[in-house]
Amino acid sequence: MSTSTIDLHDSHGPHGHGHADDPHHQHHFTNMQQQFDTSKIGMWLFLATEVLLFGGLFVGFGLMQNRYPQEFIEAHEHLQRPLGALNTVVLLISSFTMVMAVLSAKHSDKKKVVMYLILTILCACIFLGVKYFEYSHKFEEHLLPPRWYHAQPGDTVRDVAGNVSHGYGTFFAFYFMMTGLHGIHILVGIILLSWITVRAHRGEFSKAYYTPVDLIGLYWHLVDLIWIYLFPLYYLIK
Amino acid sequence: MEHTLTSRAPVADLPRPEKNYLNATTGIWSWMTTVDHKRIGVMYLVGVLSAFFIGGVFALLVRLSLLSPTHTLFGKQWITAEMYNRLFTLHGAVMVFLFIIPSVPASLANFVLPLMLGAKDVAFPRLNLASFYLWVIGAVMAVTSMITGAVDTGWTFYTPYSTTTEGSVTLMIMAVFVLGFSSIFTGINFVATTHKLRAPGMGWFDLPLFIWGIYATAIIQVLATPVLGITLALLAMERVFNIGIFDPKIGGDPVLFQHFFWFYSHPAVYIMILPGMAIISELIPTFSKKTMFGYRAVAYSSVSLALLSFIVWGHHMFVAGQSQLATVVFSALTFLVAIPSGVKMFNWLGTMYKGNISLETPMCYAISFLLLFAIGGLTGIFLGALSVDIHLTDTYFVVAHFHYVMMGGTVIAFFGGVHYWWPKITGRMYNENWGRFACALIFIGFNVTFLTQFVMGSLGMPRRYFNYLPIYHPYHVVSTIGSWIIGLGFATMAAYLLASLRKPMDAPDNPWGGTTLEWTTSSPPTEHNFEDQPVLQKAPYDYRPEPVAK
Repeated sequence: MSTSTIDLHDSHGPHGHGHADDPHHQHHFTNMQQQFDTSKIGMWLFLATEVLLFGGLFVGFGLMQNRYPQEFIEAHEHLQRPLGALNTVVLLISSFTMVMAVLSAKHSDKKKVVMYLILTILCACIFLGVKYFEYSHKFEEHLLPPRWYHAQPGDTVRDVAGNVSHGYGTFFAFYFMMTGLHGIHILVGIILLSWITVRAHRGEFSKAYYTPVDLIGLYWHLVDLIWIYLFPLYYLIK
Repeated sequence: MEHTLTSRAPVADLPRPEKNYLNATTGIWSWMTTVDHKRIGVMYLVGVLSAFFIGGVFALLVRLSLLSPTHTLFGKQWITAEMYNRLFTLHGAVMVFLFIIPSVPASLANFVLPLMLGAKDVAFPRLNLASFYLWVIGAVMAVTSMITGAVDTGWTFYTPYSTTTEGSVTLMIMAVFVLGFSSIFTGINFVATTHKLRAPGMGWFDLPLFIWGIYATAIIQVLATPVLGITLALLAMERVFNIGIFDPKIGGDPVLFQHFFWFYSHPAVYIMILPGMAIISELIPTFSKKTMFGYRAVAYSSVSLALLSFIVWGHHMFVAGQSQLATVVFSALTFLVAIPSGVKMFNWLGTMYKGNISLETPMCYAISFLLLFAIGGLTGIFLGALSVDIHLTDTYFVVAHFHYVMMGGTVIAFFGGVHYWWPKITGRMYNENWGRFACALIFIGFNVTFLTQFVMGSLGMPRRYFNYLPIYHPYHVVSTIGSWIIGLGFATMAAYLLASLRKPMDAPDNPWGGTTLEWTTSSPPTEHNFEDQPVLQKAPYDYRPEPVAK
């Protein structure tokens, strides 16, 4: 025999695998700490997939910037830098309120958890609102992918017939793909945050169990972090 | 001095429990909503085998349409060039995305991995079920795209053809996107499970090598699949809105698509082969009754294959307009893959050396794997060499090479694993003689089909072509006949496996004398896998006889 067995039945009450101590305890984990650590590994792995999802787009952007350097510099002047900066500040604040929500959950402070989560959702909504104004400006000015891009006064790279280079439109193809995908993540974040706000309001979280707040906090920080890379890439770097 | 080896006859079984995972709860609903990794594994097994059947029928049709250069059957042309394009696309897409990628991890590993670790379930049981349903949704979308229109792009979806052709390519792309998420969920689950749910006393180097292989696979699933996701998203945007990133007419770059695609799809090759190798690493010591030779080397070689898989994608594009520097670098890196593969190969052989080898059906598959994978791996080195590859690119030589790796490797290992764990999964033994016979048919049929294609390819027969010159005709005839032998082999297998299900449960707990934890529980296992938490006391593959008490 290569194995022996430990009888768990004695230490865990009448049900063998029942864990009457905490309703959130799933039967295949030995204890709550193991369950929490495992969930956290799962979340970090998921975040790794998110980084690679955006990573492909970052690489594509880099390649096209290399191909159309002048067009990309001129195209980035068409973006509204103050609005981008405003959104950066809004997301940084939301990261702070998210940290505070997790901290309050750890302290079993239900009122504060709800308050900070609502503030985080508010920031997320402001971000999307600002993004709406930015997008509609792009559509009005036809700052769009190559097929629909209209030449702007400052665009200097043209062929002999005066047609503007496709590089400008390519810049905006990536702009819409990357900020769009990021926007979808913000939207998903709002849904997740609302879900845990309701649960927090019901008093489900305490220092004994706050895994969802912690994990969605991690997700939210990643979404913020991606914007922290997107903002200089599109609005600042020449 | 020779060790006296314990006989294969099982040590006295525990009394078979009345309730096992199959009958603990009943009704279709209890299966649809189950979070038991064993049931999800079984549902996946049924799913991937159905996909294998569909993909196999397409393969037989592809071979049949190449039987005569005029594509006639009984004097009538029965297939058009367009239909032929659809057939090989569907064969490729179904086999790759619906069958081979989920085959071992989602079905067999889903069933076995927690058992081998001594765990009650995978880390995230609900995520596991979600993964299965995503697979089902992806499969339904893929089948719908076959019925409602057709996809004729090949499974690689190369631009600009894939962005301009008619048919329901967009739906197929979305299907593959959804299947990607299913694969990611499986990967996340296995990594977390291996890290956190090992039995007390089980360190990393006490893991069965199957787990090492599946762990390495899961890492690739997590890190590579998102890149496929974003590539397919860009392709869908290209088709729907024409955003121009891959469209050379409006400033895009079709080669960029190939880079993105192979950045996933080369690692995906290792998502396919690593689990196959993982199964072989179980079969060989069990049926040689000998400790795994070079355990750590095999464990590390799985991980190093996973890492190498990420830096060799350029070898798919040697003639696609890469810079010469990139081509040379990718070629050199590709040669490195031979090292960990060779490490595995020689350690398997070292394990068999002076072992007490018995040729039960799973071992027949393992030995077939060694022979076929050796050919598949070595011809990979031909193709990694630049000057040779220029001649062989896009010929049947490439087709034969990857079939030797994917079918001769993964599929053979998968069915070896199915036969190995069949008693554990179903509680029933199949007929050994029929099992060996079917394995022999498949082995012979496979070589008849694909050795011929090596010759044909080196003579210049291009892949994916509908029409061919008369000099290739004899080879196509032989290859098609081979495909019928393979088909007969699989039909035989289906027959005796299904027949075994009609018998009462007769499988002992440990029919093969395996040393890993899944053999210490009943066949089939109870709902929570083990009666009591198992604790590991001995390393895996320890076949030394128990010291006799004096």
